[in-house]
Amino acid sequence: MTRTDPKYLTAETWDVVIVGGGNAALCAAIEAAEAGARVLILEGAPEAYRGGNSRHTRNFRCMHHGALGPLIETYDEDEFWQDLLRVTAGKTDEALARHAIRTSAECLPWMQAHGVRFQPSLAGTLSLDRTNAFFLGGGKALVNAYYLTAQDLGVTVAYDAQVRHVAIDGACATHLTATFGDDETLHDIKGRAFVLASGGFQADLDWLARAWGPAARNFLIRGTPYNRGVVLKDMVDQGAITVGDPTQCHAVAIDGRAPKFDGGIVTRLDCVPFSMVVNKNADRFYDEGEDVWPKRYAIWGRLVAAQPDQVAYSIIDSRAIDLFMPSVYPPISAGTIEELARKLGLPPEALCDTVAQFNAACRPGTFQPQQLDGVATEGLTPPKTNWARRIAEPPFYAYSLRPGVTFTYLGLKVDQSARATGPGGRYDNIWSAGEMMAGSILGQGYLAGFGMTIGTVFGRIAGQEAAAYVA
Amino acid sequence: MSLDVTLQTDPGLILDDPVAEARRQIEVCNACRYCEGFCSVFPAITRDKVFADGDITQLANLCHNCRGCYYACQYTAPHEFDLNLPRALAAARVDSWERFAWPDGPARLFQARGEALAAALVAGFALMFAAIAALPGGGAGFYAWLSHGAMVAIFLPAFLLPLVAVAVGLRRYWNEVGGARVTWADLRDAVQSAGQMKNLSGGQGQGCNFEKGTRFSDARRHVHHAVMYGFLLCFAATSAGTILHYVFDMQAPYGFWSLPKLLGVPGGILLVAGCAGMLMLRSQADPALGAPGRSSGERGFIWLLGFAGLSGLALYAVRGTGLTGPLLALHLGAVLAFFLVTPYSKMAHGFYRFAALVREAQDKKART
Repeated sequence: MTRTDPKYLTAETWDVVIVGGGNAALCAAIEAAEAGARVLILEGAPEAYRGGNSRHTRNFRCMHHGALGPLIETYDEDEFWQDLLRVTAGKTDEALARHAIRTSAECLPWMQAHGVRFQPSLAGTLSLDRTNAFFLGGGKALVNAYYLTAQDLGVTVAYDAQVRHVAIDGACATHLTATFGDDETLHDIKGRAFVLASGGFQADLDWLARAWGPAARNFLIRGTPYNRGVVLKDMVDQGAITVGDPTQCHAVAIDGRAPKFDGGIVTRLDCVPFSMVVNKNADRFYDEGEDVWPKRYAIWGRLVAAQPDQVAYSIIDSRAIDLFMPSVYPPISAGTIEELARKLGLPPEALCDTVAQFNAACRPGTFQPQQLDGVATEGLTPPKTNWARRIAEPPFYAYSLRPGVTFTYLGLKVDQSARATGPGGRYDNIWSAGEMMAGSILGQGYLAGFGMTIGTVFGRIAGQEAAAYVA
Repeated sequence: MSLDVTLQTDPGLILDDPVAEARRQIEVCNACRYCEGFCSVFPAITRDKVFADGDITQLANLCHNCRGCYYACQYTAPHEFDLNLPRALAAARVDSWERFAWPDGPARLFQARGEALAAALVAGFALMFAAIAALPGGGAGFYAWLSHGAMVAIFLPAFLLPLVAVAVGLRRYWNEVGGARVTWADLRDAVQSAGQMKNLSGGQGQGCNFEKGTRFSDARRHVHHAVMYGFLLCFAATSAGTILHYVFDMQAPYGFWSLPKLLGVPGGILLVAGCAGMLMLRSQADPALGAPGRSSGERGFIWLLGFAGLSGLALYAVRGTGLTGPLLALHLGAVLAFFLVTPYSKMAHGFYRFAALVREAQDKKART
């Protein structure tokens, strides 16, 4: 049911009010509604943009022993945990993380039972059919399925509903104040239990700039423009205990021509390992051949963010153009390096010099694009340690790179029952799930599909716990 | 700071050319690939990086307008990429039928305008009433109103000439999409796809999003099956009559327990029910996801096809009464109009879709 009339929404005391409308919020809503609670979802985005960053996701990482749904072989708790340990470098809450990992296996059948469909196996370039289950149609299809399920369960959904304040009396939340649509009038939404699942703050550029410095204004935001952290900030201001580094965000290097917000998957660029990357002064600054792109994907956001004007250029020749997934923007092409430099706005002489030095440092070897081939430069700083092949065969191509923010790490501290913590200990009736508390588990780095795992696990728990509280 | 921002993702620049607009959208799809698994279009997209006009034509004719990709797409309006692949491919598809039609003038008219189809129907009625009035009947049943010889004289060319026109169009299609020599295996594959309408299954049998938005339903697959199998049964009934007439010297009228009636009566019922269902589903579906500017022609065609079926059933129902003559004129008039506009109306989609499925079978084979 979709209601946006504030008169109706403010008239009663809801059992469970859910702030946010993405994967975690929907999982919470479905669990609470199935337990018999009267549930209201307050989604800050308009209906067309509902679902938060879940719209842009594609898969779900899942522990399993033997084949499970679309997943093959075994991906056990320990391997999952080791993968997480590696990307976070230990910045994780082991108890919460292991809880998420263990519960992920039972989530997959639950997702299928609530309308989510998975691709039987993946035909693309990433071989993740052991660790990650891919949604048929992607994250928006998953979000659509959950909204339909929630609707069938009688959950009320209000779109364009921006929660401004969580009113807390002692350890107990009494109501929320929210605006609806373009109307700035504040309305009180009364509830008995509250689930906060409204994401991080990466779409608030001022907040990003405070955390990161002015360079953050040049960052692109890969996901929804509606994750502005309004509720997170309100909770922090009220003394809620937080986890995660407030000055950090997860950024990858994406196509520099991508939209400021919401570019999603199509703006990723897989060309870096086969290229030479320079900054706006035509200088190289890092080993492009350190590892294959999916593994080294995340570090390039940070690397580009540290360059002048937060921009870089990945340069290849005609032999490399078909070695990676197509991206949405065509490469900039030219017959000579000099012409390419002019098209990119780089100093032509400097770029020609850098290419000449790079080419001179390349050594013969067997180029193998599918594996670390050890074909490295010699006497070059920084070196390129794999796939170092001369950039010599015209036409030459270039892609611009900019940092693309996927999410922020700052979040609410929760326990294993997804209950949030205030200045005086656990709140009585406030739970949190999804990106808003994922920093507890993902203190840094990222593991593909793990955001959806955290959202599903803790969203479901939050919904169950909130419903049990009001029952 | 100089970045090239003249992008093919800018919808405003090339929206007017249906092939260019479909190419723009397909290139976004190829960078995303979340929809692979819905239908054959998406695996076909991933086989290329650059798309020639013929590739776009092939993808457009492979699309069954199930709309699964639209509702799953993170880049639909209000997103600035403004994707609406079902509409873009529908536009490119209709554009291809109108370019390939021989001659092409009538296609532009009948694809777009329901009124033109209505006029063709009225002309068909008038011609048949005139024929019945002017030519002597000879025989039993409806031959008492119009002789077998007169019917053959009218319908043989009205059947064969459109087939010649369709063949010319298909040849042009095959050249543009770079089709290879057709094998029996290709045909078998295409017949299976068309017969089960695999591409309307949503990939996992859940159906399509044609009339219920984000919900899946098999309704369109069912009504389309009713239309297609109803039409094929009616066609088989006519063929059976022809064979009985010429091979076995058994002349109409045929009793109920005869091949023409056993095929034709259920065929007619299926055809009428299917057309009614199709019109109903269309009224519930979002018109912004279909071919722009062709809705009137598409609806008009369904009415024409449904009326041909309905008048055939009525003709059988009133056998032996004085209404046979007028209903014969109405039914034959509808059938005549239907045959003559086949290469220029929505009916053409059947031929091009089948060709696209044959081409897809070849393409799959070549890549595996």
